[in-house]
Amino acid sequence: MVELCSSEESDSDAVSLCFQSLFFVLAVLFHFSQRFTTVVPESCMLILLGLVLGGVVLIANKKQLYQLEPSLFFLFLLPTIVGDAGYFMPARLFFDNLGAILTYAVVGTLWNAFCTGFSLYAAKLLGFIDEHVQAEMLDFLLFGALISAVDPVAVLAVFEEVHVNETLFIIVFGESLVNDAVTVVLYKVYISFVEVGAENVQTADYFKGVASFLIVSIGGTMVGLIFAVILGFITRFTKKVRIIEPLLVFLMVYLAYLTAELFSLSAILSMTFCGIGANKYVEANISQKSRTTVKYTMKTLASIAETIIFIFLGISAVDKSKWAWDTGLVSCTLVFILIFRAVGVVGQTWVLNRFRLVPLEKIDQVVMSYGGLRGAVAFALVVLLDGEQVKAKDYFVATTIVVVFFTVMFQGLTIKPLVKWLKVPRATNRKPTINEEIHERAFDHILTAVEDIAGLQGYHHWRDKWEQFDKNYLSKLLLRKSVYRKSELWEAYQKINIRDAISVIDQGGNVLTSARLSLPSMASRASFPEVTNVTNYLRENGSGVCLDLQVIDNIPGAKVEEDMETHHVLAGNLYKPRRRYQSHYSRHFMPLGEQERQDREVFQRNMRSRMETFKSTRYKRHKKERSLKKVRRISHRNKRDSLSLCSDPVVVPVETEDKAEHSDPEKDEDVGITFIARKAETPKQRPKSGKTSLSLEGCQIPLLPPPPPAPPSPPPAPSSPTSEDSHLPWKGSLGSPPPCVSLEATKIIPVDLQQAWNQSISSLESISSPPAPAEPIHPRVSALSRLGGPRPASYTPPGSAAGSTFSIGPQWQANQHLSPEPREVSLQGFLIHFKSGEATKH
Amino acid sequence: MGSSSSSRNKIPNAQELMRQTGFSSAHLLRLHDRFESLDRDNRGYLSPDDFEALGGLAMNPIGGRIIEAFFSSGIPWTFPPLSGFWLISVQLTETETKKEHSKSSPAAGPGSSNLYDLDRDGKISREELLQVLRAMLGLQVTEEQLQSIAERAIQEADLDKDDAISFDEFKKSLEKMDIDTKMSVSFLK
Repeated sequence: MVELCSSEESDSDAVSLCFQSLFFVLAVLFHFSQRFTTVVPESCMLILLGLVLGGVVLIANKKQLYQLEPSLFFLFLLPTIVGDAGYFMPARLFFDNLGAILTYAVVGTLWNAFCTGFSLYAAKLLGFIDEHVQAEMLDFLLFGALISAVDPVAVLAVFEEVHVNETLFIIVFGESLVNDAVTVVLYKVYISFVEVGAENVQTADYFKGVASFLIVSIGGTMVGLIFAVILGFITRFTKKVRIIEPLLVFLMVYLAYLTAELFSLSAILSMTFCGIGANKYVEANISQKSRTTVKYTMKTLASIAETIIFIFLGISAVDKSKWAWDTGLVSCTLVFILIFRAVGVVGQTWVLNRFRLVPLEKIDQVVMSYGGLRGAVAFALVVLLDGEQVKAKDYFVATTIVVVFFTVMFQGLTIKPLVKWLKVPRATNRKPTINEEIHERAFDHILTAVEDIAGLQGYHHWRDKWEQFDKNYLSKLLLRKSVYRKSELWEAYQKINIRDAISVIDQGGNVLTSARLSLPSMASRASFPEVTNVTNYLRENGSGVCLDLQVIDNIPGAKVEEDMETHHVLAGNLYKPRRRYQSHYSRHFMPLGEQERQDREVFQRNMRSRMETFKSTRYKRHKKERSLKKVRRISHRNKRDSLSLCSDPVVVPVETEDKAEHSDPEKDEDVGITFIARKAETPKQRPKSGKTSLSLEGCQIPLLPPPPPAPPSPPPAPSSPTSEDSHLPWKGSLGSPPPCVSLEATKIIPVDLQQAWNQSISSLESISSPPAPAEPIHPRVSALSRLGGPRPASYTPPGSAAGSTFSIGPQWQANQHLSPEPREVSLQGFLIHFKSGEATKH
Repeated sequence: MGSSSSSRNKIPNAQELMRQTGFSSAHLLRLHDRFESLDRDNRGYLSPDDFEALGGLAMNPIGGRIIEAFFSSGIPWTFPPLSGFWLISVQLTETETKKEHSKSSPAAGPGSSNLYDLDRDGKISREELLQVLRAMLGLQVTEEQLQSIAERAIQEADLDKDDAISFDEFKKSLEKMDIDTKMSVSFLK
């Protein structure tokens, strides 16, 4: 953009930038305005805007400041659009109609170019064209070559809004892409002829022209395919660097364009085939996010480029210095291109229909003739002409502008009503169903078989051969191993499933609670018995399919299963929002921290709930509370250090405390205690959870107060939190939102706060209303633990000196009747480091 | 295709066939030639063995099924039925065939349904669909995935909830596809 404003004065730069941004806004508005866009194609509006802008600038500055620069157009704007078109080209459709596309592109364009050129020359000889137009036959041929090619940008812009059926679209659009080779060659050959002079052209040069056509077209295609292979091959190894995948796609596709341009090959062909060729492998290799990025970035860039092109076409038209008007030339050109386009299409279709299985109807031919839009390529080419060599350049420029405007605006405006009036079969905007996917593949096999039986080596035969080759060699080379093993049908199946799930969410809001589920692509399935949510449903139907799109990321099955399990479990529980967040965003970036984080979250919430319970009744012991908190932190940290210190005395007072809590109304927010009690309740919660919480649980096990019925430990560990919660006696009393104190609780504080811990414990002991029971329990516990079984060597009896270590063994737990459930997992975390200070007090 | 009358005479009922099918004599001749080359033992009819000997069909993942579908009537093909077969199936699928370049879409109609329908009950059951899928997809997918695909396909197409796809349902599920385009093959040149 900025390059375009090649103005000398800075203020005009600013003005132009203002205008440009204004027009982008307007373009967006037009895009949204239903009334406009249903009647007037966007391209028309953009050109009109450009005209207005050009007029304003002309009035303000007395001269035109900017126009569509060919270098900018060919280096940046055109490749953006072609890249998008090529990469998202429906390959199957393209190759199914390749014969027709090639015919129209090569024969049709040649026919148009020669006929227009010669006819214009004839018109000149006959005097229809003014004498001022100093042009020889070669000039007219040159002009005919550049004006005859159907323009991909214009065709895309207009046809995308018309929605004709896909066969028709692919033929016109494919033609507009492929005819680039013809245009380039004709243009260059004529330019060189003009340069050397018509009289010096020898017969051999014509043959050279033909040869160069072959080289330009085939060479361009080859360059594109080579880059496609390279691109596919590179994306095979980007698993660790997903972030560069989209960039890689853009770069390689663009590089294909530049390379072809460098060697004077057909750049558009190169880019198109690079896109077509690489699409399948790249899409399979890169991650879902990269796919989305590529898609939206390409589309956005393409529509930006399109906007710029059309606006600047309009602006460039308002430049009297650039063009000279000749009514004869303009009208003759308009008439000739329309006539020859129609004649060419009808003639070629007649020939093609002799070979086509599904003939192109008359209606199709009308649309094809009428849809032969000329666009910015012709304009850029005509601007590129050398005024010294081609004397009539200004006349050609004016004519080209008129032709482009006429085709894009008049034909673009009228083609929609025409299509409606002719009842051209429209494209159905419909997603494929799994049945179609299956049967289409079956049909391919059947047709191949029929051809085999009939003894033909037709299209299906060769397509089958290609697919064999692709499967056996190309895919092996270009696809990731994990992807290669996947079947396309399976992929399609997953896509459909995901699409359904998403649409269900979009329509029905909360999927997880919707009792009845009807998927749009399922004909008349009103409800599924016993299927209550999509996750369930999808899991039953597709092993690896889940709502959170993880399937796409090639996560091994076990992980998927596990995640799905977690997902499901958490769907209905307290932590759903957080959990969802995790499942959506943490997949790639913190795969390891997930468990830990989840664990911490559960922990925090538990803390809060506990605190909430006692909040209203507690007034005192702020200090204690804080110190307890610290204590907990210490223990937390210690656990991480996996120091095995758990002194019985400590445990005992806490136990007392717990009891006291229930009875004692005056307690303040006692975090530490709360935590402990809570933990006691939920020892089983997280077999899979991180060491931190596990160790905490372990610590509390001995304290288990007259325990609420401990929930049976379910085999799938993650599910337990919810059930545990429901068993908590105080859980129901949760009224107001929990305070955020608990957030701090999880923080780890340095060891030097051990002193505080000691103090708090001692104070707790003294305060707890029945101090007596605490003391007795302690010995019992320790005795039990001793009876329990082998202790680690580091075990120190309670009351021993600082640094004593206590580790609770499984047997000990078993003996503990207070905690009946087996705690296999919690054992790991059992090693808790406590300061022995408290122990000594006991 | 300069067809000599002498070779046309080899074909029994040539005139009548041409009248019935609208094939030109060249087409008939072409079919007959193909028939004879398929019929390696000169038995005067085609058997599944003849088809299985074709290299392309042997390579075809569902080649066996296709052959089965072709011979589903149980009657070995003699020559006139060969062209008759095309004709019948063409009529069933309502594709125009009377033009010079005859097109046929034998498999789009009952042929394709036959392809799946093993037990000839007029319905594609889940098991039958699974078998075809298995043949087509080979080792690329796990059995579990196959199950899910088949399940999904049946759910999609199964309108009367009998857990199977009848021929009508089959047609309905494909009505939005451009069958004529996708299932036409030009086999007479």
